[in-house]
Amino acid sequence: MRGIGEIVERGSEGDLEKRHPGESRGPVDWIPASAGMTNIKMGNVLFIAEVEEGKLKGYSKELACKAVELASQAGGEAHGIVIGKNVAAAAEELGQFGVAKATAVEGEALAEFIGEAYTQALLEAVPALKPQVVLASASGSGKDILPRVAFKLKAGLATDCIDLKIENGKLKARRPIFAGKALVDVTFLSDIQMATARPNSFATKQADASKKASVNKVAANVAPSKVKVKEVKEAEKGMKDLTEADVIVAGGRALGSSENFKVVKELADVLGATVGASRAAVDAGYISHDHQVGQTGKTVNPKLYIACGISGAIQHLAGMRTAKVIVAINKDPEAPIFSKADYGVVGDLFTILPILTRNFKELLGK
Amino acid sequence: MKIGVLLKQAPDTETKIKIKQDASGIDESDIKWVINTYDEYAVEEALRLKDAAGGGEVVIVTAGSKRAVDSMRQALAMGADRGIRIDTEGVVLDSYTTAVILSKAVQSENFEIIFAGKQAVDDDCVQVAQMVATALDWPAIWPAEHIELGADKKSVQVTRPVAGGVKEIMEMQLPGVLCCDKGDHEPRYASLPGIMKAKSKPIAELKAADLLSGETPKVKWSGFGLPPERKSGKVLKGEPEEVCAELVKLLREEAKVI
Ligand SMILES: Cc1cc2nc3c(=O)[nH]c(=O)nc-3n(C[C@H](O)[C@H](O)[C@H](O)COP(=O)(O)OP(=O)(O)OC[C@H]3O[C@@H](n4cnc5c(N)ncnc54)[C@H](O)[C@@H]3O)c2cc1C
Ligand SMILES: Nc1ncnc2c1ncn2[C@@H]1O[C@H](COP(=O)(O)O)[C@@H](O)[C@H]1O
Repeated sequence: MRGIGEIVERGSEGDLEKRHPGESRGPVDWIPASAGMTNIKMGNVLFIAEVEEGKLKGYSKELACKAVELASQAGGEAHGIVIGKNVAAAAEELGQFGVAKATAVEGEALAEFIGEAYTQALLEAVPALKPQVVLASASGSGKDILPRVAFKLKAGLATDCIDLKIENGKLKARRPIFAGKALVDVTFLSDIQMATARPNSFATKQADASKKASVNKVAANVAPSKVKVKEVKEAEKGMKDLTEADVIVAGGRALGSSENFKVVKELADVLGATVGASRAAVDAGYISHDHQVGQTGKTVNPKLYIACGISGAIQHLAGMRTAKVIVAINKDPEAPIFSKADYGVVGDLFTILPILTRNFKELLGK
Repeated sequence: MKIGVLLKQAPDTETKIKIKQDASGIDESDIKWVINTYDEYAVEEALRLKDAAGGGEVVIVTAGSKRAVDSMRQALAMGADRGIRIDTEGVVLDSYTTAVILSKAVQSENFEIIFAGKQAVDDDCVQVAQMVATALDWPAIWPAEHIELGADKKSVQVTRPVAGGVKEIMEMQLPGVLCCDKGDHEPRYASLPGIMKAKSKPIAELKAADLLSGETPKVKWSGFGLPPERKSGKVLKGEPEEVCAELVKLLREEAKVI
């Protein structure tokens, strides 16, 4: 919120409640009126599930479980929406996590993610479903499109939430600000409440393979977009994104060269981990910016984070402080990273990492 | 080419955040204010695009208090031509209303392209730029990493990093909004002559209250707090072989993460 720390005082909640979200409030014709959201089905929670190569994303399963929980608290239903080309099967799979109903919005124009097209698809579907709460994951696509949808529907939006609940009949969110250096509660003044959830924040229930969601297939009706994908470059095939990773092995300036990063990659391979890096390592050209963790890189939330030759600057900590377990390997016993680490090893990473890699290989039978 | 840049002033990323005693907000007393990190990339890309287009104008648009003028001047010293500040004194804004006033302010400028940051490093909302695009009914690319002007000067080619190291090369018809990530261009330093010149570059002033048109915030923030402090844990000492064996055992049996 701009003017951080100030509390909204003007206009009581009651006033806002009486207005429908789409109703115009003065000569702001350039702000599009919302797409006819008049009555909202109180308690209903719509969530956006994402699909990659026909499969539900792990964080979408997590979100499905949270949506079911919130809907039951609010006395409504959880409803999944999946957008893309041929996504009905994945929509059905949401049933395994307790979701009774889902919508699959399908179309050629949705084959690849385009913010404009996906926003349009949602702006068609959301008013028809009339949810009180709309959720997405705080993924690249979720963070791109929910602001656009929220603006059109004049709904409040809380980004990257780590806690979501229903309080006094409305959504309430807790989220990090200042790159996780502080936390804040978000309450909503709008009829529709929206949020994106940070991956790995909530529990995913065991899937019940016998259940299917009943799926309503909708053909997308989207205008040609002013944005086109011309080419897709996959720099490193099969790299799991840092924001979704359960385990991360990260290297810092101490690695000294891109060849040396091999010791980090080998440990990561054995652990099925994604490789992370400090900004110093990225700026020195040892590894690409896609791997950077921290304030100007990715914010990560893994079970295990192994920091190798990283000093623990405030901007780096900002990106990984919520890891469940932090391991630091550094030759300087005074390195600040040790004050945040659950387990510290004082030593030369070029000695330590190969031994660890070998030990884990044995342990995991690889 | 007429280029707009949405620039927010934000605390230096080194800042240690303190919470007010009554949890109603952030204690701003010791903060060093700078250009929001990503908006600095936006300024750099805007200046480069102006050059690529063979001239034009880069206009810095900021919603903020008087304090924000310093950061605007810094962008002007980097080479931007003029500024528009929407004075937010006395009004409480959220992402929604910020987008309302910013889009209202840029509307009459007829920009051909608007640069913004990928996110503000204070509120981390990741909303305002896409919302401004929506208000203007323009396309937007979030995040934008590498930007080139199309030969027709009516489109841009943009690299968009997506999950897992994948990059999409996209083409966007102008006008549109680009939400800049850290790309391969470090923001330039202001030169001494640049700093001198910036002092006389114009900054127009608008009032937020005049641009709101009755629109009101959609969210309210409260219960500010600090995250739980991480306690330092065990530091393992001994021969490398022993230490590694112990670490593996601890991760499996105590932490149960392997
Ligand atoms: C606006 C801004 C944004 C930033 N954003 C980020 C960000 O997103 N992410 C980020 O990481 N940083 C960020 N930084 C940079 C940050 O301030 C630090 O400079 C950076 O994190 C340092 O990286 P490092 O720990 O790899 O390097 P250093 O601080 O140089 O630390 C190297 C460490 O390696 C240890 N070491 C050396 N050799 C060995 C060896 N053989 N074995 C074991 N240990 C060894 C040293 O003891 C030292 O602790 C940002 C800075 C600014 C100003
Ligand atoms: N008060 C503001 N004035 C100008 N631009 C802003 C302001 N707030 C946000 N922006 C722009 O919107 C981007 C995203 O901000 P946010 O949604 O707050 O994360 C920023 O990087 C800026 O480019």
